[in-house]
Amino acid sequence: MDSAVLTPEAPAKAKRAIGIETVGMTKIFGSLVALDDVSIKVEPGEFHALLGENGAGKSTLVKCIMGFYQPTHGQLLINGQETPIRHPQDARAAGIGMVYQHFTLVPCLTAAENMVISRADVPNVIDWKKEIAELDAFMDRMPFRVPLTEPVASLSAGEKQKLEILKQLYLDQHFLILDEPTSVLTPGEADEVLGLLHDMARAGDITVLMITHKFREVTAFTDNVTVLRRGKSVGSGKVGQLSTAEMSTMMIGDAEIRESAARTADVSSDVELELAGIVVKDEEGLPTVNGVNLKIGGGEIVGIAGVSGNGQSELVEALSGQRPIQDGGVFINGKQFDCSRGDYDTFKVFGLPEEPLRNAAVRRMSVAENIAFRTFDKAPEANLGWWLKPNAMKNRAAGLIERYRVKTPSTDTPIENLSGGNVQRAILARELSHDVKVLIVANPCFGLDFASVAEIRAQIIDQRNNGAAVLLVSEDLDEILELSDRVAVMSEGKITYVSPIGETDRNTIGTYMAGH
Amino acid sequence: MTAVTTDTPVRLTDSTKFRAWAEAVAIPVGALVVSALIFSIFLIFLGKSPVDYFQLLWKGGFGTSFSIQNTLQRAAPLILCGLAFAIPAQIGLTMIGAEGALVLGGFSAAAIAIPLVTGGVPVVLTMPLMAIAAMIAGGAWIAIVGWLRHARGVNETISSLLMTYIAIAIMNFFVEGLLRDPGSANKPSTMPIGKDYMVGTIPGTDVHWGLLAGLILAVVLQLLMNRTTFGFAARVTGGNARAALAQGLPVGRLVVACTAIAGACAGLAGYFEVAAIHGQANASLVAGYGFTGILISFLARHNPIVVVPVAVMFGAIAASGGLIQRRMDMPDATALVLQGIIFVVLLTSETLYGRFAIFQQKAGADRT
Repeated sequence: MDSAVLTPEAPAKAKRAIGIETVGMTKIFGSLVALDDVSIKVEPGEFHALLGENGAGKSTLVKCIMGFYQPTHGQLLINGQETPIRHPQDARAAGIGMVYQHFTLVPCLTAAENMVISRADVPNVIDWKKEIAELDAFMDRMPFRVPLTEPVASLSAGEKQKLEILKQLYLDQHFLILDEPTSVLTPGEADEVLGLLHDMARAGDITVLMITHKFREVTAFTDNVTVLRRGKSVGSGKVGQLSTAEMSTMMIGDAEIRESAARTADVSSDVELELAGIVVKDEEGLPTVNGVNLKIGGGEIVGIAGVSGNGQSELVEALSGQRPIQDGGVFINGKQFDCSRGDYDTFKVFGLPEEPLRNAAVRRMSVAENIAFRTFDKAPEANLGWWLKPNAMKNRAAGLIERYRVKTPSTDTPIENLSGGNVQRAILARELSHDVKVLIVANPCFGLDFASVAEIRAQIIDQRNNGAAVLLVSEDLDEILELSDRVAVMSEGKITYVSPIGETDRNTIGTYMAGH
Repeated sequence: MTAVTTDTPVRLTDSTKFRAWAEAVAIPVGALVVSALIFSIFLIFLGKSPVDYFQLLWKGGFGTSFSIQNTLQRAAPLILCGLAFAIPAQIGLTMIGAEGALVLGGFSAAAIAIPLVTGGVPVVLTMPLMAIAAMIAGGAWIAIVGWLRHARGVNETISSLLMTYIAIAIMNFFVEGLLRDPGSANKPSTMPIGKDYMVGTIPGTDVHWGLLAGLILAVVLQLLMNRTTFGFAARVTGGNARAALAQGLPVGRLVVACTAIAGACAGLAGYFEVAAIHGQANASLVAGYGFTGILISFLARHNPIVVVPVAVMFGAIAASGGLIQRRMDMPDATALVLQGIIFVVLLTSETLYGRFAIFQQKAGADRT
């Protein structure tokens, strides 16, 4: 394919895939070294994976390349020439484009409108007929296409992600940086999109640098890999020559990882959680959760898988009292549960919501106060149910901080000063240090490091072994496969598939996730 | 991250509290200094001496025992109106309708006084009944704001502002019509409550008892918000309503309760304006105390106790107005210019929190 025709305007200078090299890239924020002397080389036409845990410096590196940050030291070489990138506009002019983890498209506009408005030189009056004809011609030259004149909101996640990539190519960007591009896709869609990128790179039209933490994607689609840990480049090489175990060792380092808790067989428990015909509406009044029926017994983890945006987060919000239930109800051992404080205590319902700083904690309140949310109105932390005893609150918090290994300067520190893993540990301490009968968990490990993830998953299994009925909603299929006794798939607001974990596999689940 | 160690005991406190406290003092004080500088430039433009102005401000506010009493007299409604903003602020609401609650509270006190006084109800009963009527009227009025917010999602800032105009209109409607005292020719007013029913002054001073009421309420509300389960639940709701809902806290009831408390404070301010100053309800109740209360609460970082000294400072600015008017030949509105500048600078300074390294705890070594 002649890459000169990749652009609608067909400029005189043809652009092919470009190569990028960082030399000794270092970024220091105050006392924190976020990026420490990182040199990576991505050849033109290469599909390069950037592996690392959260906080390893992947996004910092990419933001330095994109001009969002200025590196403290180090240079950026584009096609072997030192090119300083001072603004994101510089990166754009150099042909470097980025596809973010979450979509940046305007949902109510069409694909054509989204592409045209993202151009730097939008005319004041847009001749849509001409633009759409040009876009059509552009799409014909592409290995894949999306409908041009339908609102983006009506496209599937896979199509949206393809559109994000097409948009970058339309803008004449030939070095694509992708930040965990498959987290919002079904396994099938992910394979398709990555396969297409792989083919285009092979053809020499684009170069791809992809941030990921999924080994499967690295081994199946990329050519080379660089692993970052704590801001340093700790290894790199050809994908075929590195084993998954080697990459994982590079990523994790020598951090102590808690063994996955053993699953006790046949836990006896008299708890039963029943979701009966739950209907929940979204902001526009449409039923995003449309009649969910599910029974979860004590000593069982039921994992709800699904592509993000199929009603899972609304379901969790409804079960957490953050969104009204329009129809149906939640029953625990046959009695209705209505998310009041009294019911939480009576039925011993606890929760680990996603994004704890948004759903479970108050940023400016202290760690001790945040840990006391469940107990501040009960003895010994309150006299007669209304007079607080701050010392009792602090002492109880201190014990839990120690038991759950929350790293905090003191009990008085505002919780927003803690790292993500420690915030989640503090919430864990608050929610799991009781006799738990029902546990509602949503994306509990999102954005956390390996050690915290292992700890949190082990705690969830412990609760199951102690007889709690656990509902786990997660966008991470691997997490569901690891933790669940039964797996359910949620698609378009309904549970479309339920199966014991031993009787299903990734492909079957993926098919139901895609809505077939 | 480093390996987790558990052998060091958990510390119960550290420098964070002190640093946060220092930040909360330094930034508003800095804003005041900057406001004074900007205001000085304004004065220089007018050809007046800033030095004279601030000297007269001090003299008119605190210079003599008369001026101190004048200042405290004006501080009383300001404390109550500051509290009326601070309490909803703690539950996350920007409620700016204290002026309306003050007017309605004052009017209700004057209105209920008419049958009580003419009916010969004893003074010891009439006075508390008037105060209670004022608090109920103000409280119920602002509770509507809270209810609208919770049940219907109506923006509380807009609704409380608009309801202020409705409250003033309600008072005018009655004062100019049904409840107009025929004797009030030029300025339509309710019937004077009479000297016997007026609130007296604190012995040895000319300051009425409203100042003490403000002080007591500031202490009580400080304790309510910081040492009771109600206050804790309200602060959780104010900090993160989603987290409060997930904890099963009665968010709606908390919001309505906090707005009702706020309205009751402003209503009580209205009672003292009627029963200690004017003796009747009329347009003089619309004096802007409710709006100055917003500024006071912001400067006090919505802390009920700190509202008291800040209110005294604004009382001094108001009290010195007359002196400055006479000596410097400047209009009364000059004080409003100063207040306006303080408000703008203060709101701008809100963006500075967390920007100064000295007030921040050192970032931990771990970053996960």
